Amino acid sequence: MIEIKDLWFTYPNGVEALRNISLEIRKGEFVAIMGQNGAGKTTLIKHFNGLLKPSKGAVLVDGVNTESVSVAKLARKVGFIFQNPDNQLFCETVEDEIAFALKNFGFKEAPLKRRVTWALNLLGLMEYRKASPFMLSGGERKRVALASVLAWDPQVVVMDEPTIGQDYSQKEKLRQFIIQLNTQGKTVVVVTHDVEFVSECNPRVILMSGGRIVADGIGKDVLTDVELLTQASVVLPQVTEIFMGIKDLEFPLDVIDLYEAKELLLKRLGGK
Amino acid sequence: MSVFDGLKFRGISSPIHMLDPRIKFFYVCSIFVVAIIFFELLPLLVLFLFQIPFVILARVQKEWIRSLRGAAFLASIIFGTNILFRFIYAGYTLTASDVEYASAMTLRFIALVESFSIFFLTTSPDHLGLALEKSHIPYEFCFAFTTAVRFVPVLAEEAQTIMDAQKARGLELEKGNFLRRIRNYIPILIPLIISAIRRSLELAEAMEARAWGAIEKRTNLYTLKMKRNDYLLVLVSIAVIIVGIFVKIYVSVPTISNLLGF
Repeated sequence: MIEIKDLWFTYPNGVEALRNISLEIRKGEFVAIMGQNGAGKTTLIKHFNGLLKPSKGAVLVDGVNTESVSVAKLARKVGFIFQNPDNQLFCETVEDEIAFALKNFGFKEAPLKRRVTWALNLLGLMEYRKASPFMLSGGERKRVALASVLAWDPQVVVMDEPTIGQDYSQKEKLRQFIIQLNTQGKTVVVVTHDVEFVSECNPRVILMSGGRIVADGIGKDVLTDVELLTQASVVLPQVTEIFMGIKDLEFPLDVIDLYEAKELLLKRLGGK
Repeated sequence: MSVFDGLKFRGISSPIHMLDPRIKFFYVCSIFVVAIIFFELLPLLVLFLFQIPFVILARVQKEWIRSLRGAAFLASIIFGTNILFRFIYAGYTLTASDVEYASAMTLRFIALVESFSIFFLTTSPDHLGLALEKSHIPYEFCFAFTTAVRFVPVLAEEAQTIMDAQKARGLELEKGNFLRRIRNYIPILIPLIISAIRRSLELAEAMEARAWGAIEKRTNLYTLKMKRNDYLLVLVSIAVIIVGIFVKIYVSVPTISNLLGF
Protein backbone atom coordinates (compact mmCIF):
# COMPACT_ATOMS: atom_id res chain seq x y z
CA MET A 1 0.00 0.00 0.00
CA ILE A 2 2.74 2.42 1.02
CA GLU A 3 6.22 1.79 -0.20
CA ILE A 4 9.20 3.89 0.82
CA LYS A 5 12.54 3.55 -0.90
CA ASP A 6 15.72 5.11 0.48
CA LEU A 7 13.93 8.20 1.72
CA TRP A 8 15.97 11.17 2.91
CA PHE A 9 14.39 14.40 3.97
CA THR A 10 15.95 17.72 4.90
CA TYR A 11 13.87 20.69 6.01
CA PRO A 12 14.49 24.04 4.30
CA ASN A 13 16.23 25.28 7.47
CA GLY A 14 18.83 22.53 7.04
CA VAL A 15 17.65 20.03 9.64
CA GLU A 16 18.08 16.50 8.34
CA ALA A 17 14.92 14.85 9.67
CA LEU A 18 14.92 11.52 7.84
CA ARG A 19 17.93 9.44 6.90
CA ASN A 20 17.71 6.56 4.52
CA ILE A 21 14.28 5.18 5.42
CA SER A 22 13.07 2.09 3.56
CA LEU A 23 9.75 0.65 4.55
CA GLU A 24 6.77 -1.16 3.22
CA ILE A 25 3.31 -0.97 4.76
CA ARG A 26 0.99 -3.59 3.32
CA LYS A 27 -2.73 -3.32 2.81
CA GLY A 28 -4.71 -3.97 5.98
CA GLU A 29 -1.73 -3.69 8.29
CA PHE A 30 -1.80 -1.96 11.67
CA VAL A 31 1.43 -0.10 12.31
CA ALA A 32 2.53 1.97 15.30
CA ILE A 33 5.45 4.35 14.81
CA MET A 34 7.24 5.18 18.05
CA GLY A 35 10.25 7.18 19.15
CA GLN A 36 11.23 10.27 21.10
CA ASN A 37 10.40 13.86 20.11
CA GLY A 38 12.34 14.86 17.04
CA ALA A 39 12.95 11.28 15.93
CA GLY A 40 11.24 12.05 12.62
CA LYS A 41 7.91 10.28 13.14
CA THR A 42 5.65 13.12 12.06
CA THR A 43 8.00 14.03 9.22
CA LEU A 44 7.78 10.44 8.01
CA ILE A 45 3.99 10.21 8.03
CA LYS A 46 3.66 13.57 6.30
CA HIS A 47 5.25 11.82 3.33
CA PHE A 48 2.38 9.32 3.18
CA ASN A 49 -0.06 11.84 1.71
CA GLY A 50 2.43 14.09 -0.02
CA LEU A 51 2.41 16.98 2.48
CA LEU A 52 6.17 16.62 2.32
CA LYS A 53 8.04 15.40 -0.72
CA PRO A 54 11.29 13.41 -0.42
CA SER A 55 14.60 15.24 -0.71
CA LYS A 56 16.03 11.95 -1.96
CA GLY A 57 14.40 8.59 -2.62
CA ALA A 58 10.75 7.88 -3.38
CA VAL A 59 7.42 7.26 -1.69
CA LEU A 60 4.83 5.19 -3.54
CA VAL A 61 1.22 5.12 -2.41
CA ASP A 62 -0.74 2.34 -4.10
CA GLY A 63 1.97 2.28 -6.75
CA VAL A 64 1.81 6.02 -7.43
CA ASN A 65 4.84 8.21 -6.76
CA THR A 66 3.77 10.99 -4.36
CA GLU A 67 5.92 13.45 -6.23
CA SER A 68 3.74 13.24 -9.32
CA VAL A 69 0.31 13.94 -7.75
CA SER A 70 -1.30 16.60 -5.55
CA VAL A 71 -1.96 16.25 -1.83
CA ALA A 72 -5.70 16.38 -2.55
CA LYS A 73 -5.44 13.35 -4.84
CA LEU A 74 -3.42 11.37 -2.31
CA ALA A 75 -5.67 12.45 0.55
CA ARG A 76 -8.52 10.59 -1.11
CA LYS A 77 -6.60 7.37 -0.38
CA VAL A 78 -4.70 8.37 2.74
CA GLY A 79 -6.74 10.03 5.49
CA PHE A 80 -4.56 12.00 7.89
CA ILE A 81 -5.74 12.97 11.36
CA PHE A 82 -3.66 15.68 12.98
CA GLN A 83 -2.68 15.75 16.60
CA ASN A 84 -4.62 18.88 17.47
CA PRO A 85 -8.24 18.99 16.23
CA ASP A 86 -8.22 22.78 16.68
CA ASN A 87 -5.88 22.98 13.71
CA GLN A 88 -8.66 22.05 11.34
CA LEU A 89 -12.09 22.86 12.80
CA PHE A 90 -13.60 26.01 11.34
CA CYS A 91 -17.24 25.39 10.36
CA GLU A 92 -20.38 26.53 12.12
CA THR A 93 -21.73 23.06 12.73
CA VAL A 94 -20.27 19.61 13.20
CA GLU A 95 -22.21 18.49 10.15
CA ASP A 96 -20.60 21.13 7.90
CA GLU A 97 -17.22 20.23 9.31
CA ILE A 98 -17.63 16.62 8.22
CA ALA A 99 -19.03 17.66 4.84
CA PHE A 100 -16.06 19.98 4.15
CA ALA A 101 -13.68 17.32 2.86
CA LEU A 102 -16.47 15.55 0.97
CA LYS A 103 -17.24 18.78 -0.88
CA ASN A 104 -13.55 19.19 -1.68
CA PHE A 105 -13.54 15.73 -3.19
CA GLY A 106 -16.59 16.56 -5.28
CA PHE A 107 -19.19 14.26 -3.70
CA LYS A 108 -22.73 14.79 -4.99
CA GLU A 109 -25.56 15.90 -2.70
CA ALA A 110 -27.12 12.51 -1.94
CA PRO A 111 -23.99 10.44 -1.26
CA LEU A 112 -22.57 13.39 0.67
CA LYS A 113 -25.52 13.39 3.07
CA ARG A 114 -25.33 9.64 3.41
CA ARG A 115 -21.62 9.78 4.21
CA VAL A 116 -22.06 12.55 6.78
CA THR A 117 -24.79 10.62 8.59
CA TRP A 118 -22.68 7.48 8.46
CA ALA A 119 -19.64 9.25 9.94
CA LEU A 120 -21.72 10.94 12.65
CA ASN A 121 -23.12 7.57 13.69
CA LEU A 122 -19.73 5.90 13.53
CA LEU A 123 -18.23 8.28 16.09
CA GLY A 124 -21.40 8.72 18.16
CA LEU A 125 -21.77 12.37 17.25
CA MET A 126 -25.37 12.31 16.04
CA GLU A 127 -26.67 14.47 18.89
CA TYR A 128 -24.08 17.17 18.10
CA ARG A 129 -24.71 17.41 14.37
CA LYS A 130 -26.05 20.97 14.63
CA ALA A 131 -23.70 22.03 17.43
CA SER A 132 -20.71 24.31 16.89
CA PRO A 133 -17.46 22.33 16.98
CA PHE A 134 -15.93 25.02 19.19
CA MET A 135 -18.46 24.40 21.94
CA LEU A 136 -17.54 20.74 22.27
CA SER A 137 -15.11 19.23 24.77
CA GLY A 138 -11.58 18.22 23.79
CA GLY A 139 -12.45 14.56 23.36
CA GLU A 140 -15.51 15.38 21.28
CA ARG A 141 -13.54 17.74 19.07
CA LYS A 142 -11.07 14.96 18.48
CA ARG A 143 -13.92 12.70 17.43
CA VAL A 144 -15.23 15.36 15.05
CA ALA A 145 -11.79 15.58 13.47
CA LEU A 146 -11.74 11.80 13.18
CA ALA A 147 -15.22 11.68 11.67
CA SER A 148 -14.36 14.43 9.20
CA VAL A 149 -11.59 12.24 7.81
CA LEU A 150 -13.26 8.83 8.00
CA ALA A 151 -16.31 10.26 6.18
CA TRP A 152 -14.67 9.81 2.79
CA ASP A 153 -13.63 6.27 3.66
CA PRO A 154 -9.89 6.46 2.88
CA GLN A 155 -8.05 3.17 2.48
CA VAL A 156 -5.29 4.21 4.84
CA VAL A 157 -5.88 6.07 8.10
CA VAL A 158 -2.87 7.88 9.55
CA MET A 159 -3.16 9.29 13.07
CA ASP A 160 -0.66 11.59 14.74
CA GLU A 161 -0.72 11.16 18.53
CA PRO A 162 -4.38 10.12 18.81
CA THR A 163 -4.23 9.49 22.56
CA ILE A 164 -2.85 12.84 23.72
CA GLY A 165 -5.20 14.71 26.03
CA GLN A 166 -7.72 11.88 26.21
CA ASP A 167 -8.91 10.40 29.49
CA TYR A 168 -8.60 6.67 30.05
CA SER A 169 -12.09 5.68 28.96
CA GLN A 170 -11.81 7.80 25.80
CA LYS A 171 -8.53 6.13 25.08
CA GLU A 172 -10.02 2.69 25.52
CA LYS A 173 -12.89 3.59 23.18
CA LEU A 174 -10.40 4.93 20.66
CA ARG A 175 -8.37 1.75 20.91
CA GLN A 176 -11.37 -0.42 20.23
CA PHE A 177 -12.38 1.86 17.41
CA ILE A 178 -8.97 1.65 15.77
CA ILE A 179 -8.94 -2.13 16.08
CA GLN A 180 -12.41 -2.26 14.57
CA LEU A 181 -11.25 -0.12 11.64
CA ASN A 182 -8.30 -2.41 11.15
CA THR A 183 -10.36 -5.60 11.22
CA GLN A 184 -12.61 -4.05 8.59
CA GLY A 185 -9.60 -4.02 6.32
CA LYS A 186 -8.31 -0.49 6.72
CA THR A 187 -4.60 0.11 6.84
CA VAL A 188 -3.96 1.99 10.07
CA VAL A 189 -0.81 3.92 10.94
CA VAL A 190 -0.55 5.45 14.41
CA VAL A 191 2.22 7.71 15.66
CA THR A 192 2.41 7.72 19.43
CA HIS A 193 4.49 7.97 22.58
CA ASP A 194 1.98 5.92 24.51
CA VAL A 195 3.65 2.56 25.19
CA GLU A 196 0.69 1.17 27.12
CA PHE A 197 -1.64 2.04 24.28
CA VAL A 198 0.59 0.27 21.78
CA SER A 199 1.14 -2.80 23.93
CA GLU A 200 -2.62 -3.22 24.30
CA CYS A 201 -3.21 -2.86 20.56
CA ASN A 202 -0.32 -5.17 19.69
CA PRO A 203 0.40 -3.84 16.18
CA ARG A 204 3.56 -3.98 14.11
CA VAL A 205 5.93 -1.57 15.85
CA ILE A 206 8.39 0.67 14.06
CA LEU A 207 10.89 2.36 16.34
CA MET A 208 12.61 5.53 15.18
CA SER A 209 15.57 7.45 16.52
CA GLY A 210 17.54 10.31 15.00
CA GLY A 211 15.72 10.12 11.68
CA ARG A 212 16.36 6.40 11.19
CA ILE A 213 14.34 3.27 11.74
CA VAL A 214 16.10 1.35 14.52
CA ALA A 215 13.62 -1.52 14.85
CA ASP A 216 10.70 -2.93 12.97
CA GLY A 217 8.78 -5.96 14.16
CA ILE A 218 5.96 -7.30 16.28
CA GLY A 219 5.26 -5.57 19.60
CA LYS A 220 6.36 -8.59 21.63
CA ASP A 221 9.87 -8.32 20.21
CA VAL A 222 10.38 -4.58 19.96
CA LEU A 223 8.71 -3.43 23.17
CA THR A 224 10.66 -5.89 25.31
CA ASP A 225 14.12 -5.10 23.94
CA VAL A 226 15.54 -2.92 26.70
CA GLU A 227 18.62 -1.86 24.76
CA LEU A 228 16.64 -0.72 21.74
CA LEU A 229 14.08 1.13 23.81
CA THR A 230 16.75 2.96 25.77
CA GLN A 231 18.39 4.03 22.54
CA ALA A 232 15.08 5.45 21.31
CA SER A 233 14.12 6.92 24.72
CA VAL A 234 10.98 4.81 24.99
CA VAL A 235 10.05 3.18 28.31
CA LEU A 236 9.03 -0.44 28.76
CA PRO A 237 5.33 -1.26 29.11
CA GLN A 238 4.50 -1.56 32.81
CA VAL A 239 3.60 -5.24 32.53
CA THR A 240 6.96 -6.02 30.95
CA GLU A 241 8.73 -4.03 33.62
CA ILE A 242 7.08 -6.11 36.33
CA PHE A 243 8.05 -9.35 34.64
CA MET A 244 11.63 -8.17 34.20
CA GLY A 245 11.69 -7.16 37.85
CA ILE A 246 10.79 -10.67 38.92
CA LYS A 247 12.88 -12.52 36.38
CA ASP A 248 14.43 -14.67 39.12
CA LEU A 249 11.08 -16.44 39.27
CA GLU A 250 11.72 -17.59 35.70
CA PHE A 251 8.83 -15.95 33.99
CA PRO A 252 9.05 -15.23 30.26
CA LEU A 253 10.43 -11.72 29.61
CA ASP A 254 8.51 -10.89 26.46
CA VAL A 255 5.10 -10.30 28.03
CA ILE A 256 3.37 -7.10 26.95
CA ASP A 257 -0.24 -8.13 27.14
CA LEU A 258 -2.24 -7.75 30.37
CA TYR A 259 -4.34 -10.83 29.67
CA GLU A 260 -1.30 -13.00 29.02
CA ALA A 261 0.31 -11.70 32.20
CA LYS A 262 -2.73 -12.58 34.26
CA GLU A 263 -2.82 -16.10 32.84
CA LEU A 264 0.85 -16.67 33.59
CA LEU A 265 0.55 -15.42 37.14
CA LEU A 266 -2.59 -17.41 37.84
CA LYS A 267 -0.97 -20.56 36.52
CA ARG A 268 2.04 -20.08 38.79
CA LEU A 269 -0.12 -19.26 41.81
CA GLY A 270 -2.30 -22.30 41.14
CA GLY A 271 -5.49 -20.30 40.73
CA LYS A 272 -7.98 -20.45 37.90
CA MET B 1 5.73 32.17 5.17
CA SER B 2 9.08 33.33 3.88
CA VAL B 3 8.03 36.95 4.56
CA PHE B 4 7.91 36.22 8.27
CA ASP B 5 11.21 34.39 8.16
CA GLY B 6 12.79 37.53 6.78
CA LEU B 7 11.63 39.50 9.80
CA LYS B 8 12.48 36.96 12.48
CA PHE B 9 15.20 37.99 14.89
CA ARG B 10 18.51 36.14 14.50
CA GLY B 11 20.45 35.93 17.72
CA ILE B 12 23.97 36.34 16.46
CA SER B 13 26.39 38.98 17.64
CA SER B 14 27.45 41.69 15.24
CA PRO B 15 28.09 45.43 15.50
CA ILE B 16 24.57 46.03 14.16
CA HIS B 17 22.99 43.73 16.75
CA MET B 18 24.74 45.66 19.50
CA LEU B 19 23.27 49.00 18.47
CA ASP B 20 20.67 50.74 20.56
CA PRO B 21 17.25 49.84 19.11
CA ARG B 22 16.05 53.43 19.43
CA ILE B 23 18.83 54.60 17.19
CA LYS B 24 18.22 51.78 14.76
CA PHE B 25 14.60 52.80 14.60
CA PHE B 26 15.63 56.39 13.97
CA TYR B 27 17.79 55.11 11.11
CA VAL B 28 14.83 53.17 9.66
CA CYS B 29 12.74 56.35 9.88
CA SER B 30 15.39 58.36 8.06
CA ILE B 31 15.46 55.78 5.26
CA PHE B 32 11.67 55.92 5.22
CA VAL B 33 11.63 59.71 4.87
CA VAL B 34 14.15 59.72 2.04
CA ALA B 35 12.38 56.86 0.29
CA ILE B 36 9.05 58.66 0.18
CA ILE B 37 10.32 62.06 -0.95
CA PHE B 38 11.81 60.70 -4.16
CA PHE B 39 9.89 59.56 -7.20
CA GLU B 40 12.95 58.95 -9.36
CA LEU B 41 14.69 55.62 -9.83
CA LEU B 42 18.27 56.79 -9.37
CA PRO B 43 18.12 58.07 -5.75
CA LEU B 44 16.01 55.08 -4.73
CA LEU B 45 18.60 52.80 -6.25
CA VAL B 46 21.29 54.59 -4.25
CA LEU B 47 19.16 54.19 -1.12
CA PHE B 48 18.76 50.47 -1.81
CA LEU B 49 22.50 49.94 -2.32
CA PHE B 50 23.35 52.15 0.65
CA GLN B 51 21.81 49.64 3.05
CA ILE B 52 23.63 46.57 1.75
CA PRO B 53 26.78 47.20 3.85
CA PHE B 54 24.56 47.12 6.94
CA VAL B 55 23.19 43.72 5.92
CA ILE B 56 26.69 42.36 5.40
CA LEU B 57 27.92 43.86 8.65
CA ALA B 58 25.02 42.24 10.51
CA ARG B 59 25.70 38.88 8.79
CA VAL B 60 22.05 38.31 7.93
CA GLN B 61 22.41 38.15 4.13
CA LYS B 62 20.57 34.85 3.81
CA GLU B 63 17.54 35.97 5.82
CA TRP B 64 17.60 39.36 4.14
CA ILE B 65 17.42 37.78 0.70
CA ARG B 66 14.57 35.63 1.93
CA SER B 67 12.64 38.72 3.06
CA LEU B 68 13.18 40.26 -0.37
CA ARG B 69 11.93 37.09 -1.98
CA GLY B 70 8.90 37.23 0.28
CA ALA B 71 8.28 40.83 -0.77
CA ALA B 72 8.61 39.94 -4.45
CA PHE B 73 4.94 39.07 -4.82
CA LEU B 74 3.70 42.40 -3.46
CA ALA B 75 6.43 44.19 -5.39
CA SER B 76 5.27 42.65 -8.64
CA ILE B 77 1.70 43.78 -7.89
CA ILE B 78 2.95 47.33 -7.28
CA PHE B 79 4.90 47.23 -10.53
CA GLY B 80 1.98 45.78 -12.46
CA THR B 81 -0.65 48.26 -11.24
CA ASN B 82 1.68 51.23 -11.79
CA ILE B 83 2.39 50.14 -15.34
CA LEU B 84 -1.29 49.47 -15.95
CA PHE B 85 -2.53 52.85 -14.71
CA ARG B 86 0.23 54.78 -16.43
CA PHE B 87 -0.65 52.89 -19.59
CA ILE B 88 -4.35 53.73 -19.37
CA TYR B 89 -3.74 57.30 -18.19
CA ALA B 90 -1.39 58.10 -21.06
CA GLY B 91 -3.93 56.92 -23.59
CA TYR B 92 -2.78 53.35 -24.14
CA THR B 93 0.86 54.09 -24.83
CA LEU B 94 3.84 53.18 -22.78
CA THR B 95 7.15 55.05 -22.71
CA ALA B 96 10.45 54.25 -21.10
CA SER B 97 9.77 56.86 -18.40
CA ASP B 98 6.57 55.05 -17.43
CA VAL B 99 8.49 51.84 -16.93
CA GLU B 100 11.07 53.75 -14.95
CA TYR B 101 8.41 55.34 -12.75
CA ALA B 102 6.86 51.93 -12.03
CA SER B 103 10.30 50.51 -11.26
CA ALA B 104 10.96 53.42 -8.91
CA MET B 105 7.73 52.82 -7.00
CA THR B 106 8.61 49.12 -6.72
CA LEU B 107 12.13 49.88 -5.59
CA ARG B 108 10.81 52.32 -3.00
CA PHE B 109 8.75 49.51 -1.51
CA ILE B 110 11.73 47.14 -1.63
CA ALA B 111 14.01 49.68 0.04
CA LEU B 112 11.47 50.08 2.85
CA VAL B 113 11.15 46.32 3.28
CA GLU B 114 14.94 46.16 3.31
CA SER B 115 15.30 48.67 6.14
CA PHE B 116 12.54 47.11 8.22
CA SER B 117 14.03 43.69 7.63
CA ILE B 118 17.43 44.87 8.88
CA PHE B 119 15.77 46.35 11.94
CA PHE B 120 13.76 43.27 12.88
CA LEU B 121 16.47 40.77 11.97
CA THR B 122 18.94 42.43 14.30
CA THR B 123 16.76 43.62 17.18
CA SER B 124 15.63 41.12 19.78
CA PRO B 125 12.06 41.53 21.05
CA ASP B 126 13.51 42.15 24.51
CA HIS B 127 15.59 45.07 23.33
CA LEU B 128 12.64 46.43 21.46
CA GLY B 129 10.48 46.35 24.57
CA LEU B 130 13.24 48.01 26.54
CA ALA B 131 13.53 50.77 23.96
CA LEU B 132 9.80 51.40 24.07
CA GLU B 133 9.87 51.50 27.84
CA LYS B 134 12.70 54.04 27.76
CA SER B 135 10.57 56.15 25.46
CA HIS B 136 8.06 56.50 28.34
CA ILE B 137 5.44 54.23 26.84
CA PRO B 138 3.43 52.45 29.58
CA TYR B 139 4.87 49.02 30.32
CA GLU B 140 1.61 47.24 29.51
CA PHE B 141 1.74 48.50 25.94
CA CYS B 142 5.41 47.68 25.55
CA PHE B 143 4.75 44.18 26.78
CA ALA B 144 1.79 43.71 24.44
CA PHE B 145 3.92 44.90 21.56
CA THR B 146 6.92 42.69 22.26
CA THR B 147 4.65 39.70 22.82
CA ALA B 148 2.98 40.32 19.48
CA VAL B 149 6.35 40.47 17.74
CA ARG B 150 7.54 37.38 19.51
CA PHE B 151 4.47 35.39 18.53
CA VAL B 152 4.70 36.12 14.81
CA PRO B 153 6.94 33.10 14.10
CA VAL B 154 4.82 30.91 16.36
CA LEU B 155 1.71 31.90 14.44
CA ALA B 156 3.50 31.36 11.15
CA GLU B 157 4.34 27.82 12.20
CA GLU B 158 0.78 27.25 13.34
CA ALA B 159 -0.53 28.54 10.02
CA GLN B 160 1.66 25.97 8.28
CA THR B 161 0.24 23.13 10.38
CA ILE B 162 -3.31 24.30 9.74
CA MET B 163 -2.61 24.50 6.03
CA ASP B 164 -1.30 20.94 6.11
CA ALA B 165 -4.36 19.76 8.03
CA GLN B 166 -6.76 21.32 5.54
CA LYS B 167 -4.78 20.12 2.56
CA ALA B 168 -5.04 16.64 4.04
CA ARG B 169 -8.81 17.12 3.86
CA GLY B 170 -8.62 17.85 0.15
CA LEU B 171 -8.44 21.64 0.24
CA GLU B 172 -6.67 23.02 -2.81
CA LEU B 173 -5.47 26.53 -2.09
CA GLU B 174 -4.37 27.23 -5.65
CA LYS B 175 -7.65 26.21 -7.20
CA GLY B 176 -10.13 28.57 -8.90
CA ASN B 177 -10.13 32.23 -9.88
CA PHE B 178 -8.83 35.11 -7.76
CA LEU B 179 -11.92 35.46 -5.52
CA ARG B 180 -12.21 31.73 -5.10
CA ARG B 181 -8.58 31.59 -4.02
CA ILE B 182 -9.18 34.19 -1.35
CA ARG B 183 -12.15 32.19 -0.11
CA ASN B 184 -9.94 29.10 0.01
CA TYR B 185 -8.09 30.75 2.88
CA ILE B 186 -11.14 30.88 5.18
CA PRO B 187 -10.51 27.32 6.47
CA ILE B 188 -6.98 28.45 7.35
CA LEU B 189 -7.80 31.81 8.90
CA ILE B 190 -10.61 30.75 11.24
CA PRO B 191 -8.64 28.07 13.12
CA LEU B 192 -5.66 30.42 13.20
CA ILE B 193 -7.62 33.27 14.75
CA ILE B 194 -9.36 31.01 17.22
CA SER B 195 -6.13 29.43 18.34
CA ALA B 196 -4.53 32.87 18.68
CA ILE B 197 -7.35 33.98 20.95
CA ARG B 198 -7.15 30.78 22.99
CA ARG B 199 -3.41 31.18 23.26
CA SER B 200 -3.71 34.77 24.44
CA LEU B 201 -6.19 33.82 27.16
CA GLU B 202 -3.90 31.05 28.34
CA LEU B 203 -0.94 33.39 28.27
CA ALA B 204 -2.82 35.95 30.34
CA GLU B 205 -3.60 33.34 32.98
CA ALA B 206 -0.04 32.04 33.01
CA MET B 207 1.24 35.60 33.46
CA GLU B 208 -1.09 36.37 36.30
CA ALA B 209 -0.07 33.11 37.94
CA ARG B 210 3.47 34.50 37.90
CA ALA B 211 2.45 37.78 39.53
CA TRP B 212 2.45 39.99 36.49
CA GLY B 213 1.72 43.58 37.44
CA ALA B 214 2.20 42.93 41.17
CA ILE B 215 4.33 46.02 41.66
CA GLU B 216 4.01 49.41 40.00
CA LYS B 217 7.63 50.11 39.23
CA ARG B 218 9.52 47.31 37.55
CA THR B 219 13.26 47.01 37.35
CA ASN B 220 15.10 45.63 34.35
CA LEU B 221 17.83 43.05 34.06
CA TYR B 222 19.39 44.86 31.11
CA THR B 223 19.56 48.58 30.54
CA LEU B 224 20.22 50.50 27.36
CA LYS B 225 23.24 52.73 27.12
CA MET B 226 24.37 54.77 24.14
CA LYS B 227 27.82 53.81 22.87
CA ARG B 228 30.17 55.20 20.25
CA ASN B 229 28.61 53.26 17.39
CA ASP B 230 25.17 54.50 18.39
CA TYR B 231 26.25 58.12 18.08
CA LEU B 232 27.83 57.25 14.75
CA LEU B 233 24.55 55.84 13.46
CA VAL B 234 22.70 58.96 14.65
CA LEU B 235 25.09 61.02 12.54
CA VAL B 236 24.66 58.72 9.55
CA SER B 237 20.87 58.90 9.83
CA ILE B 238 20.85 62.69 10.09
CA ALA B 239 23.24 62.86 7.14
CA VAL B 240 20.91 60.62 5.13
CA ILE B 241 17.99 62.95 5.78
CA ILE B 242 19.95 66.14 5.08
CA VAL B 243 21.49 64.82 1.88
CA GLY B 244 18.11 63.51 0.81
CA ILE B 245 16.35 66.82 1.35
CA PHE B 246 19.21 68.78 -0.17
CA VAL B 247 19.19 66.69 -3.34
CA LYS B 248 15.41 66.90 -3.51
CA ILE B 249 15.39 70.69 -3.38
CA TYR B 250 18.56 71.78 -5.14
CA VAL B 251 19.52 69.03 -7.56
CA SER B 252 17.48 68.00 -10.55
CA VAL B 253 17.78 64.23 -10.61
CA PRO B 254 18.31 62.82 -14.09
CA THR B 255 16.22 59.83 -15.05
CA ILE B 256 18.01 56.68 -16.08
CA SER B 257 16.34 56.74 -19.50
CA ASN B 258 17.81 60.23 -19.98
CA LEU B 259 21.22 59.04 -18.94
CA LEU B 260 21.03 56.15 -21.36
CA GLY B 261 19.83 58.54 -24.04
CA PHE B 262 16.33 57.25 -24.79
